[in-house]
Amino acid sequence: MNRRIFRRWVSNFMVGLMLVAVIVAVAPLLFILLNLIVKGASSLSLDFFTRMPVPAGETGGGVAHAIVGTLIIVGLASCFGLPIGIGAGIFCAEYPGTRLAKATRFIADVMNGTPSIVVGVFAWTLIVARQKHFSALAGACALAMLMIPMVMRTTEELIKLVPHSLREAALALGYPRWRTSLSIILRTALPGIVTGSLLAVARTAGETAPLLFTALGSQFMSFHINEPMAALPLTVFTYATGPYEEWHRYAWATALVLILVVTVLSIAARLATRQRLSGRG
Amino acid sequence: MSTSTLPEPASATGAPSVALQGRHTGDRVFKSLLTATAWAVPILMLFLVIELWTGSRLAIDQFGLGFITGSTWDPVAEEFGALPLIFGTLLSSLLALLIAVPLSLGVAIYLTEFAPRAIRQPIAFIIELLAAIPSVVYGLWGIFVLIPLLKQYIFPFLRENFGFLPIFQGPIYGPSMLSASIILAIMVMPFIMSVAREVLLAVPSSQREAALALGATRWEAVMSAILPYARSGIIGAIILGLGRALGETMAVTMLIGNRNEIAASLFAPGYTMAAVIANEFSEAATDIHFASLSYVALLLFLITVAVNASARLLLWQMARKGKAS
Repeated sequence: MNRRIFRRWVSNFMVGLMLVAVIVAVAPLLFILLNLIVKGASSLSLDFFTRMPVPAGETGGGVAHAIVGTLIIVGLASCFGLPIGIGAGIFCAEYPGTRLAKATRFIADVMNGTPSIVVGVFAWTLIVARQKHFSALAGACALAMLMIPMVMRTTEELIKLVPHSLREAALALGYPRWRTSLSIILRTALPGIVTGSLLAVARTAGETAPLLFTALGSQFMSFHINEPMAALPLTVFTYATGPYEEWHRYAWATALVLILVVTVLSIAARLATRQRLSGRG
Repeated sequence: MSTSTLPEPASATGAPSVALQGRHTGDRVFKSLLTATAWAVPILMLFLVIELWTGSRLAIDQFGLGFITGSTWDPVAEEFGALPLIFGTLLSSLLALLIAVPLSLGVAIYLTEFAPRAIRQPIAFIIELLAAIPSVVYGLWGIFVLIPLLKQYIFPFLRENFGFLPIFQGPIYGPSMLSASIILAIMVMPFIMSVAREVLLAVPSSQREAALALGATRWEAVMSAILPYARSGIIGAIILGLGRALGETMAVTMLIGNRNEIAASLFAPGYTMAAVIANEFSEAATDIHFASLSYVALLLFLITVAVNASARLLLWQMARKGKAS
C-alpha cells in the first residue's frame, strides 16, 4: 500500500516537473513578443514605413529601403527557388523508384541541414567573387538555395497524399500522364503546396547570415539587383550591434516590422489551406 | 536510354501508364522538365562542394590539417588555426542541447500524454511560433533583454553557489559562451519539441493501455512503454536539433562575445565557426584570409553533414532492429 502511494506520488511529481518545463518553454516566447511590441511599437509610425534612414544622431527616418529590399530579394529568391523545389518535389513523387529521385531526396536532406552561413559563402564565391561586387542577386540565389529543399519535401509529401484512385480515374478516362499530373494530382495537392511554399518564403525572409556578404545591406533605396541592397534582417543586425541609443530603438522597431512580414506570410499560408478546404466541403 | 526502361511508380498501377508512356509529346516534355529540376538539386550541391573546396584551396595548401589543431587566428600575421572556433561551435551546441533536451522532451511528453485536450493545440501552436522567429530577432532580444538579466541575476547566483566548479569561475562579462548557449537552447527547443511530439503521437495507444492495465502509474507507463517505443525517433529529433545549433549564426554572433580563445569558464566570451565567417568575411582583405574563412565554412559543412548522416544511420539501424525483434 505504502509503495503504491509512493509510486503515485512520483508520477504526480514528474507531471508537475513537466508542467514547469512547459512554463519555462513558453515564457521566452511571450517575453520576446512582449518586448518587441513594447519597445518596437513606440518607434513605429507611418514615417517608419515610408521614409529613408537619417544620419546617426538625428531623429526620425524609417526603413522603407529595407522593406523594398526584402521584398525584391525574397521575391527574386522565390522566382528561382520555388519552381526548382516544386519541380523536383513532383519528380520525386511521380517517379519515386528512380535513382535520380533517391539521390535528389538524399541530397535535399543534406542541403536542408547545411548551415545558412555556408550557403552564403557559396553564393559569395560563385557570384560575388566573380562579379567583383556585392549584389542583391547573389543574396537572392543564396536564399533560393535554402528554399529548395524545404519546398521540395513538402511538395513530395503532399502529392503522395493524393489518393491513387484519382490518378487511376484520370488515366482510365484517357488523360495523358502530364495532364493527369498537372490538372488532377497537382490541383488536388495545390493548397498544401501553396502553404508549404509560403512557409518556406516566410522562413527565408528572416534569414540574415546568407545576406551578410552577398546583398551586404545599404543605406539607400535601390531597385538595381546588381547592386548592394538593404534587407530588414540586415538592418536589424546593423542597428542592434551599433553604438547609438537611437539605433537600438530602430532595431526593435525594424524587428517588429520583420516579425509582421513573417507572420503575415504564415497566416496567409494557413488561410490558403483553409479556404480551399472549406470550399470543397 | 528509352524512357520505358525506367521503373514506373507503383502508384500509377502499372498497365495503363506504361501503355500511355511516350505516346504524347506532352509526356516527354513534362518529364524532361521535371528531370531537369530534379537534377538541379544534386548539381547545386556539387557546385557548393567544389566552390568551397577551390575557395579554401590556398589555406588547405598552406596549413593542411594543422588548421584544425592550430589556435592562432591572426589576419595581420596571416596565420590561421581553427581550434578555438571548432571548440566554441561544439561546446555551445552541446550546452544548448543539455538545456533544451530535457525541457523539450518534458513539454512533448506533457502535451501528448498529460495535458488537458483543450490546451494541447494552443501550446503546440505557441511553440511552433517560436520556430518562426528569425534568428536575428533572437540576437536582438538576447543583447538587450537576456544578457542584462543573466548578468544581474543568474550569473552571480551560479558563481556564488557553484563557484567551486571551474566552469562557473572568473569575471562575469555579459556576452559569453553561456549566454550564447542559452539563446541557442531557446532556438532549438521548438524543433526538438515538434519532432518529438510527432514521434510520441505515433506511438500506438495499445502500448499505453497495456502498461496502464498492468497497473503502472501514468508516469511509469511513459517510462516503460512509450519512451522505449519512441526512442529512435526521439534520438533523431535531438540530433536534428544539434544540426540546427551547429550552424546557427546570427544570434550566436551577437551573444558569444567573439573572442578567439578556449576558456575554462562559461562566463568568458568565445567564438564559433559560423560567427567568425559572419564577422570577418565581408571585411577580409587578403586572399589567404578569404581562403581560411572558406576553409572554416568547409569544415562546418562537413561537421553538419556528418551529424545529419549519423542521425540517419542511427535511425535506420534502430528501425531495422525494431523490425527484427
